[in-house]
Amino acid sequence: MSNYIEQNLNPDGIDRRGFLKCMAWAGTGTLCLMQGGVLTSFAFGAEPPHGAALAKADFAFAQISDSHIGFNKAANPDVTATLREAIAKLNALPRAPEFVLHTGDLSQLSKPDEFDTLDESLKDVRTGAIYYVPGEHDVLNDNGAQFRERYGKATKGDGWYSFDHRGVHFIGLVNVLNLKAGGLGYLGPDQLAWLKDDLSHLKHSTPIVVFAHIPLWSVYPAWGWGTDDSEQALAYLKKFGSVTVLNGHIHQVMQKVEGNVTFHTAMSTAFPQPAPGSAPSPGPMKVPDDRLRSVLGIRDVNFVRGQHTLAVVDSTLQDESATGAHGSGGNQ
Amino acid sequence: MIRRVLGIGCLFALFAAAASLCAHDCAHADDTKAPVAAVTIDNFSFNPKEITVAKGTIVTWTNRDDVPHTVTSTQQKFRSKALDTGDQFSLTFSEAGTYPYFCSVHPMMTAKVIVQ
Repeated sequence: MSNYIEQNLNPDGIDRRGFLKCMAWAGTGTLCLMQGGVLTSFAFGAEPPHGAALAKADFAFAQISDSHIGFNKAANPDVTATLREAIAKLNALPRAPEFVLHTGDLSQLSKPDEFDTLDESLKDVRTGAIYYVPGEHDVLNDNGAQFRERYGKATKGDGWYSFDHRGVHFIGLVNVLNLKAGGLGYLGPDQLAWLKDDLSHLKHSTPIVVFAHIPLWSVYPAWGWGTDDSEQALAYLKKFGSVTVLNGHIHQVMQKVEGNVTFHTAMSTAFPQPAPGSAPSPGPMKVPDDRLRSVLGIRDVNFVRGQHTLAVVDSTLQDESATGAHGSGGNQ
Repeated sequence: MIRRVLGIGCLFALFAAAASLCAHDCAHADDTKAPVAAVTIDNFSFNPKEITVAKGTIVTWTNRDDVPHTVTSTQQKFRSKALDTGDQFSLTFSEAGTYPYFCSVHPMMTAKVIVQ
């Protein structure tokens, strides 16, 4: 079977076969193509992405996440090295990303030298700009003041913002502050009011990409993998034909299509976390050393105008097949 | 070791006092007879999840996870800095009452101290 989905039977842009295949590849690398506001998925193995799809793309951007600079435990004693490998991977993409999104947990402990190391490394990314949203590790002890000083000077409120790029509206949300006891990620009324207003100026045909650290859908609430008030945000997004939500936090690739909204979580550049419920806690997961780079990675996204399609390609730092642990289930 | 832990307790007690949790004084914290209790943080949970102590007890939390956690009062009476692996946080509970708290980084982690 091909590593690419070559049929797209439903208007949502993802076929069942493709969805299953995408799931089968979760954690090993997937390419998902979103056309017309919806998702199609492609597996991304050793071969380059499907030329026809990418050739049509108007532009490409990339997502990296969860670099956790400063982490030095068994799950990955050298997270700076793997970040640098991720950067090399970004720089080797067949189509240079016009900008990069970092979806949070830049640092492990919000320490200035951790942010400095990240900044120094990211200087080598060949791209036009890097946009950030904070993870909970980036706002320890100061409610995100340092993060905003470094990465969010032009942002609103606790650090949220939006920008337009070639007709696509990008929205960076902050859901790691003012967390409530017993709760999940949290956007808060001020941010939701801003979001509502920000969207009110857009045509419903405008493609929208929302990025935030913690998933905006309930991946696994028992581990905190969801956002308390994301439903309200999603209600505001319902009227738009093409909405893609990009998150980090859970250090593995997952996706979900709900109506016009496609959700993706990304791999970390630092260490993997267990599949929901498969371990006593969501803490860093130690894998054999020779497998580490097959569970870390980057995401490349290609936008095709008029087709409402984002081609989302998750690729690992190292091809999993090289370790003999190639995923194979769910391909019927 | 006791002295060091108590020293930390002292620091944080000042913080707590500012938040008017415990009428605590540092001279008292040097009293090695003060009862102590321990809470560990493992696998994203406080253990024990509920602890009952006598008035004046110094409770010490130790983070044994690979990720940072905090000890944050749900009622905004105290709040630790982020505790990295192996870090400790101590607090003297001088007044009877129930003190619910959580980890402000991972808010699904909730627990309480009951002071009698």
